Amino acid sequence: MSPILSVRDLSVTFDVRAPGAWPWTPPGKLHAVSKVSFDLASGECLGIVGESGSGKSTLARAIVGTIPSSGGNILFEGADLANMDPRQRRVHRRDVQMIFQDPLAALNPRMTVGDIIAEPLITHEPKTPRAEVKARVRTLMEKVGLLPNLVNRYPHEFSGGQCQRIGIARALILKPKLLICDEPVSALDVSVQAQVINLLMDLQRDMGLSMIFIAHDLSVVNHISDRTLVLYLGCVMETADSSILTTAPEHPYSQALIASVPIPDPVLERARPRPVLEGELPSPLNPPSGCVFRTRCPKVQLSCADKRPALTDLGNAHQVACPFHAATQLLSVQP
Amino acid sequence: MLPNPATVESVAEAMNMAEIKGRSLWADARQRFLHNKAAVVSLIILALVGAFALFGGLLAQYENDFVDFTLIGSNAYKGVPSLETSHYFGTDNSGRDLFARTVQGTGISLMVGIVGALVAVVVGTLYGATAGYFGGRVDGVMMRIVDVLMSIPFMFVLILMLVIFGRSIFMLFLGIGLISWLDMARIARGQTLTIKNKEFVEVAHATGVHPVKIILRHIVPNLLGIVIVYATLLVPNMIIFESFISFLGLGVQEPATSLGALINEGSSTMQYGYYWQIAFPLFFFVVTIFAFFFVGDGLRDALDPKDR
Amino acid sequence: MPLLEIDNLRVSFTTADSDVNAVNGVSFGIDKGETLAIVGESGSGKSQTAFAIMGLLARNGHATGAARFDGQDLLSISKRDLNKIRSREIAMIFQDPMTSLNPYLRISDQMAEVLMLHKGMSKRDAINESAHMLDAVRIPDARARISMFPHEFSGGMRQRIMIAMALLCQPRLLIADEPTTALDVTVQAQIMQVLSDIRSNFGTAVILITHDLGVVAGFCDRTLVMYGGQIMEEGPTDNLFANPSHPYTSGLLRAVPRLDRDDAKLATIAGEPPDMSRLPAGCPFSPRCAQVLDNCRAERPLLETDGTRRRACHLPVHEVA
Repeated sequence: MSPILSVRDLSVTFDVRAPGAWPWTPPGKLHAVSKVSFDLASGECLGIVGESGSGKSTLARAIVGTIPSSGGNILFEGADLANMDPRQRRVHRRDVQMIFQDPLAALNPRMTVGDIIAEPLITHEPKTPRAEVKARVRTLMEKVGLLPNLVNRYPHEFSGGQCQRIGIARALILKPKLLICDEPVSALDVSVQAQVINLLMDLQRDMGLSMIFIAHDLSVVNHISDRTLVLYLGCVMETADSSILTTAPEHPYSQALIASVPIPDPVLERARPRPVLEGELPSPLNPPSGCVFRTRCPKVQLSCADKRPALTDLGNAHQVACPFHAATQLLSVQP
Repeated sequence: MLPNPATVESVAEAMNMAEIKGRSLWADARQRFLHNKAAVVSLIILALVGAFALFGGLLAQYENDFVDFTLIGSNAYKGVPSLETSHYFGTDNSGRDLFARTVQGTGISLMVGIVGALVAVVVGTLYGATAGYFGGRVDGVMMRIVDVLMSIPFMFVLILMLVIFGRSIFMLFLGIGLISWLDMARIARGQTLTIKNKEFVEVAHATGVHPVKIILRHIVPNLLGIVIVYATLLVPNMIIFESFISFLGLGVQEPATSLGALINEGSSTMQYGYYWQIAFPLFFFVVTIFAFFFVGDGLRDALDPKDR
Repeated sequence: MPLLEIDNLRVSFTTADSDVNAVNGVSFGIDKGETLAIVGESGSGKSQTAFAIMGLLARNGHATGAARFDGQDLLSISKRDLNKIRSREIAMIFQDPMTSLNPYLRISDQMAEVLMLHKGMSKRDAINESAHMLDAVRIPDARARISMFPHEFSGGMRQRIMIAMALLCQPRLLIADEPTTALDVTVQAQIMQVLSDIRSNFGTAVILITHDLGVVAGFCDRTLVMYGGQIMEEGPTDNLFANPSHPYTSGLLRAVPRLDRDDAKLATIAGEPPDMSRLPAGCPFSPRCAQVLDNCRAERPLLETDGTRRRACHLPVHEVA
C-alpha cells in the first residue's frame, strides 16, 4: 500500500539578515530542516520528537504548506506539494489539518466557537445550508467532548483544555485524512493532558486518521505514536517503532534523550544511569560539519566531522544516522 | 465555570439544552466602559454637545448670517447675552446672533473632527492591515509612501492649498483627510504584524481562507479596539487643527463659521469687554475636547484591560 | 526546629470582579539541607505560596498566617529585615531567568554588586568569587564569559547564572519556582544535576516548585501535593509515589505517560483545574474526584498526620484507588 504522505530529502531554509547589513548583501541561511525523509502510512501515527530548534514545527508547517520548502519533495497522496494546480491545492488544504500548541492563541478571540469551528467548512463548501453547518458543528463539538449548547460562547470563556478541543473540532470538520498536531498538549495542565491525548487517540482510531504528532516530550510521543522520528538540528537521527526506540535506541542522541526524560518513580529514577548530555544545541545558522550531533556526542570519532552520516536501515523500519551505532552501548530505561 | 461534559447525563439532554449566549470581548469592554464614571459622563456631555449642534438651530431666533444693523456700534450694552432680545449668547461684532453662530460653528467643528477620524479609520486601518498582512515588498512600498507623505510639512501645504484654491470647506476636509490616516496606517500595520503571527491567522491561511477574508474576518476585528481608541483621540486633534487654521483666518468661509473662527473673532474684542464673544465658543470648544479625551481614555481602559 | 515553618498561610487577591483565594490555609515546614517538592497544576497556589514567603506578592495580594524562618515571622517583620533575610538567607530562582537579570548590565557587574553590597567585598574579590560560583554551576570558560551580557547566553546558561547568583551569599534556603519548565529535557537534566550538586556541596535546603512529577521523583526528599490552594497530601517522596493516599495524587500519577511502561490508555481526571474565585465549599478536588463521597462536597477534609505522612481526604486510605 502506498503511503499517504512521503517526504523526500525535504529542506527548509530561512533567510536571516545580520543586523545592520545592507539591504543588497546576500542574507545568511538558517537550515531549519535539512534532507528529512520519511513515509507515513495511511492510518498510522508518526511521532516527531526533538528539542527546541530541532526544526520540528517548521517541518509540520512545510507539510501543511504554510512555509515553502527549499529542496526535496512532499508527496501527499502522490501529488507533489510544490507543483500542485489550484484544484489539487484546495484538496490538500482540506485534507491536511493542523492543531497547535497554544490553544487560546489558535482561536480568534472575536469569533464565537461555532463560527470558529465552521470556518473551514464555509471556506471549502460555501454552499452548505446554514442549518447543516450548524448541525455538523454541534455533532463535532459533542464528539470532542464539548457541550453543543456552548456554540455561541467566545474562546476566552473556556479553559485551556476546552480551547484545545475547539481547535481539534475545527481541524476535523472537513473530515481530513491527515492531522498534524504541533505540541498539542504541552501548554496544558498535567491532569488535562491525558484527556486530550486520549481524545486524539480515540479520534484517530474512529475516523481512520493518519496523524503526525510533534512534541518535545518523548513520553507523550511514545505513548501516542506507532513510530517515532528523532530530530536534531533539522536532521533525522533515528526512526523506529516507538516501543523499539524507547527500549533499544541505537543513536547516541536518542539514548541521551531517553536517559534525560525523568520518570515519575523515585526508586527507578535514582537507579538510572545519567549520562547527562554536555552543552547545548549549536546555532542552526552555522551547524557543525558532518554529523550535526558530533559537538555533544559522547561517542564522537574524528571521522564524524567529515561527512553527514546517511540513515542506515537496521530492519523492522528501524533507521539510524550513526555509523557507530553498533559500537554504542545499550542504555535501556528498563531496570 | 462551564458545565463539565462528564456530568451531563446524556447526549440527547445536552442537545436539548438551550444555547448559551456568550459574552463577547465587546460586551466585556462595554461593561468596563460603563463602570468608568468620567468616561460615561463625558459621553453624555458629548451627546448633549452633538444635540446642541444638530437641534440648537431650532431654538435660535435669528439666522446665523442675519446682521442686526441697529446693534452695530453699541455692542457693549445692546449685544450682551439676554433672554429679552433672544440673543441668548449675545451678538458678535457685526451684530450677528452668537447663539446661532455657535450652533453652526460647533456643527462644523464636530464634522471636521468626525470626518477626519472616519477617513483615518477606514483608509488607515485597511491600508495598514493590508501592508502588514502581506509584508515583504508590498509592506515596504506601502509604508515608504506613508513616510514620504508624513515628511511633507502638511500645515504649510494646506495653507498654500487654501490660499491658491480659495477657502472652502471641501478643501479643509480634503486636507484633513489627507493627513489623518497616516498615523493610523502605521498603528494598524504594527498591530497587524503581531496579530498576523498569531496561530489563528495561520490556521485560516492553512485552511485556505482567502487573504481578503483573513484581513476582514481575523485581522481587522482584532485591530478595532486600538483603532477606535486612537480615532476617539484623533477627533479632538482634528478639531484643534481646524481651529488653528481658522484662527489664522484660512478656515471656513464667511458667513459659515467654526469654533476656531469664533474664538479668533472673540479674542480680538476681548479687550473691549465683550467677554461673551469668546466665552461661549471657548466653552463649547473646551468641553468638547475634554469630553473626547475622557471618552478615549475610558475606551482604552475598557478595550485594553492589560495596560492598566 | 525546622528552618522554615509555614503556619496556616492564606493568600488572597482583590480583583475588580471578585476576591481570588489563591492559598487557603497551608502549613508545612522544611529542615536544614532538606529538599521539598511542592507539586501542583496551574491554580494550585504553589507559586503564590512561595511569593508570599518571599514578600513578592502582587500589589493586590494579601497574605495572612505565619512564615517563620529561624523563628522570625517573614510576614510581619519590617521591610528592612525582610530584605536582609531575602538577600542573605533565602534566595529564589524563577522559570524565566530574565525576570531577575538586568539586560543592560554585564553578568560580572550584576553578580559583584550582590557581594559588594552584602559582604563588603572589593570589586576585584567580588568578581573572582562570582567566577568561582559560575564554575560551580559548570558554566564552561566562566572567567572569560563573566563579562558578557545576559542576552548572549542560552536559556540553560541563563538559568545556571541565576542559580549562581542566588548562591552567592550562601543562602540556607533556595526556592526554585519551575526552574526547568522552559528548558529542553537534556538541558533540564543538566540543571537538575547542578541543583543536586549545590545541595550536596553547600548543604542548601531547596524548595522545588513544579508540575513535573518526574523531576520531583529524581530530586526531592519530601513531596507536598497542592490543589485549589490547599495541601492534598504530603510525605517522603518514595513512600508517596509508591502509595499515594489521595485520589488526586494517584490520579495524577496514572495520568502521565511514562517511558518505562506502555499503557494502552491513560487514566484521566475528568474536568478542569478549579476557578480560584469560585472554589467549591468542601474539598476543592471533589468536583473532579472519581471516588467522591457525599460529605466531600459539603465539608472540607482536615489535613491529618499519620507518621511521616499527612493527607486531607474523607476517603479511608486503603480505599484510595
